[in-house]
Formats: sequence, C-alpha cells, structure tokens
Amino acid sequence: MLRPRITPCLLVHDGGLVKTARFKDPKYVGDPINAVKIFNEKEADELIVLDIDATVGKREPNFRLIAQFAAECRMPLCYGGGIKTVEQAKRISGLGVEKIAISSAALENPSLIGAIAEEIGSQSVVVVLDVKKRVFGRGYEVWTHNGKKGTGRSPVEVAQEAAQLGAGEILINSIDDDGQMKGYDLGLARAVREAIRLPMTMLGGAGSLADIGQLISTCGVVGASAGSLFVFKGPYKAVLISYPAQAQKEELIRAALART
Amino acid sequence: MIKIIDFGLGNILAFFNMYKRLNVDASIAKTADDLRGASKLVLPGVGAFDHAMQLLNRSGMRERLDELVLGQRVPVLGICVGMQILANSSDEGQDRGLGWVPGSVKGFKALQQPDLILPHMGWNDVEPKAGSRLFVGLEADARFYFLHSFYFHCDRQDDVAATSGYGIDFSCAVHADNVYGVQFHPEKSHHFGAQLLKNFADL
Repeated sequence: MLRPRITPCLLVHDGGLVKTARFKDPKYVGDPINAVKIFNEKEADELIVLDIDATVGKREPNFRLIAQFAAECRMPLCYGGGIKTVEQAKRISGLGVEKIAISSAALENPSLIGAIAEEIGSQSVVVVLDVKKRVFGRGYEVWTHNGKKGTGRSPVEVAQEAAQLGAGEILINSIDDDGQMKGYDLGLARAVREAIRLPMTMLGGAGSLADIGQLISTCGVVGASAGSLFVFKGPYKAVLISYPAQAQKEELIRAALART
Repeated sequence: MIKIIDFGLGNILAFFNMYKRLNVDASIAKTADDLRGASKLVLPGVGAFDHAMQLLNRSGMRERLDELVLGQRVPVLGICVGMQILANSSDEGQDRGLGWVPGSVKGFKALQQPDLILPHMGWNDVEPKAGSRLFVGLEADARFYFLHSFYFHCDRQDDVAATSGYGIDFSCAVHADNVYGVQFHPEKSHHFGAQLLKNFADL
C-alpha cells in the first residue's frame, strides 16, 4: 500500500534553521545539517528544505549548502529557494536532490516548469504555491516573495496549469496557518486535491499528529508536511526536534485512511 | 571493490556515503579505466530513458560495462532509471536499452486508470519473491521509497524478483543471472535500503 508521506519542512535563513509564523518573525531553531542528521535517525519519510532568503534577496541557490544537505540526507530531499533557470535545477539535481521546488519563477515564467521537467523528469519538479485567504470576498490567492507579492490567481487554477505544464507534485503552503499549529486548512486541501491528479503536499498549520490524521482522512494518500510540529515542544515552544516512531506513524495512517 | 557508475545522472554520493557507513569498499567510476578491479557495479540513474541511454553511451564506459557484465558476469545493480535501461526498450523514448534483462518499460498512464495519481511517489510495500538474495532479512517487512511514472515489464516471469502494487502489481525488482535492478530508491529508504545494498555487496 502506498502510504501518505509525513514530511518535516526546514526553513533556512542566514545560514541557520528558522521557523516563521505567518511567514514573519523567523525564530532561530538550530543548525540545519544537524537537523538533517536527527531526521535520518528518526527515519522521516522525506525532507523539504526551503531557503527563504534566496528569491527575496535575488540570490542564486547556495550550491555549497545544498551539496551538504544532499550528502547528509538519507531520505528523499526536496529543495527550494531561488531556482530560476533550467541550469540551476540540473545542477541541484546533479548534487543528489530528488525534487526541485520552484515557486515565484514558475509563476512569472510558467514555461520553466516544462523546461525543467524535460531535463530532470517531471517526477522531480515540485511547484510550491504560497496561499493566503483573500481579504475581501471568498477564496484564496497565490502569493510569492515570502508572501509580499500577490499574483491575483487562485491556487486551484495555478495548480491545474502547473500539472498540465509538467509538474510532478504540488506543495500548498498556507501563509495564514504558518506557525499557528491549529490544524491544516482542510477546505483548501480538499479543493486542490479534487482539482489535480498529481501528488500533493500540504504545509502550514499542523500542531499535532491528530491534525495530520485529519488531513489524511480528508485527502487520502497525501503529503502532510510540518515545521513547528517537528521542531517545537510544549506551550513555550522550546526547540526540540521530534518525529513519530514507525509504529506510531503506521497506526496514525491506518486509522486516518479508514476514515476517508 | 564496488564501483558506482557516474555517467552524469543520479545520486552517486548517496550510494558512496551509504557504503561508507556500511564499511563496504566502494569508489566512483567516471571512466573505463576507473572500472578496473570492479567486483560489483552500481548503476544509478534518474530522469528520462533516452537521456540516460545517451549519456551512458557517450560516457566512454559502455563497452567496458558490456564486457564486465556480459563477459565476466560481474554482478550489477541498476536503480530507478538505471534499472529501466536494463530493458530492451521503453515506451518513454525511442532509444534502445542495454538489453541485459529481457523486457520493456511501460507507463502507468497507459493503464488508463483516471484516478491513479501520477507519478507513483512515496513509501510502498514490496513483496520479494521467495529466496531472493537481494531481499534477505526483508522478507517480512520490506518498504521502499518510489518516485516514477514508468515501470519494468519482464518478458520472462522468472526474472521478476519482487513486486509492488500501484494500479497494478508491477515488477519493482528484477534479477536475471548476474543482473539486478530495483525501481525504488534504496539509497533513500533508511534501514530497508541499507539492508538491500548490503545484501548486494554480500552476493
């Protein structure tokens, strides 16, 4: 049976590992390579690493750091941040990164999705959509540049377009729920799930394993990603990296899938 | 010594690091000369079938590999697209494969199951065939990370070393004589993958 994926997401800022809330106030939580080592030991399903400085600072991806991540990581790795060209994507893939995440570049230049897929295979192209609820009216809007630039477009529409252009996975990152630990936006998850036939991963809002269970019950086999849940512990958010044990994860998945 | 073939595709370092952790002698081969002294071969690969074949054919290692695998019967393990190119052909492209395991590569899309989410991505159960030496110690619980949209179809049922289910039961591992292949990523499958790579080293 193909299992839902439970995937820690690490944010890199100024060379350190941080956790944000609603895409603001990055709080330092430790050394990123050390975190990778801990998730190796805990046998996490996959890992997502996002460099939140590169696009905003108009910088190239930090290839040296990516090479370190790839060499250290014993689970599939998805890397995003600052990737704007096919050459950069190929180079990162060549460093041993299984999945390349693109966001603002894919929204500004959608043909990039197909161009990268052509070179490294569509299964390795992840399109990340940072999504916020619209202030007036209903529905959602896709944003870029750490939630500073609106695109005016809906996540469902962009996800469908990305799927047609050759994306292999859609990662929905909810800005409103980032760091809130109050559960995923299940309505948003359901809307995107029903619109595309690609693997999908939700990020933003998970505060407990029960929240992950709810997402799986809503979407079936899906990627459930989380930051805060796996780096903080307790009401005062002490930094402590954690991940469910294999048996606990199996039980969670089994129970959640039975409720779909 | 195990030689990890670097023809420009796949996560060469991940295999190298894994064998280092397992205390198994391994080195990376980029030229025909580097292949000297190979007792085992690991053939990684990602991306498209034709692209992989073209890079391998242009790598300067193709002839030496044919000689090692077909002539000297050196065990080889193909991974992901490195497994798919062991076949004769693929529906993904036009180029000829290595033809070391008789078969063809087919797309899940051609199954025409509209609800099947593609690519096949994530951890799935693997059912090894009884007695498969690649899966020693993994008989009861084998699960691996998959990331692909095409699968290997063996011409001979006997060459299927393990199956997995996604839309259909497909051969996720093949074995013909000294040639082995796995569709999933052992280098990214934690202790399950480490065991499989160790089993290959112990053959």
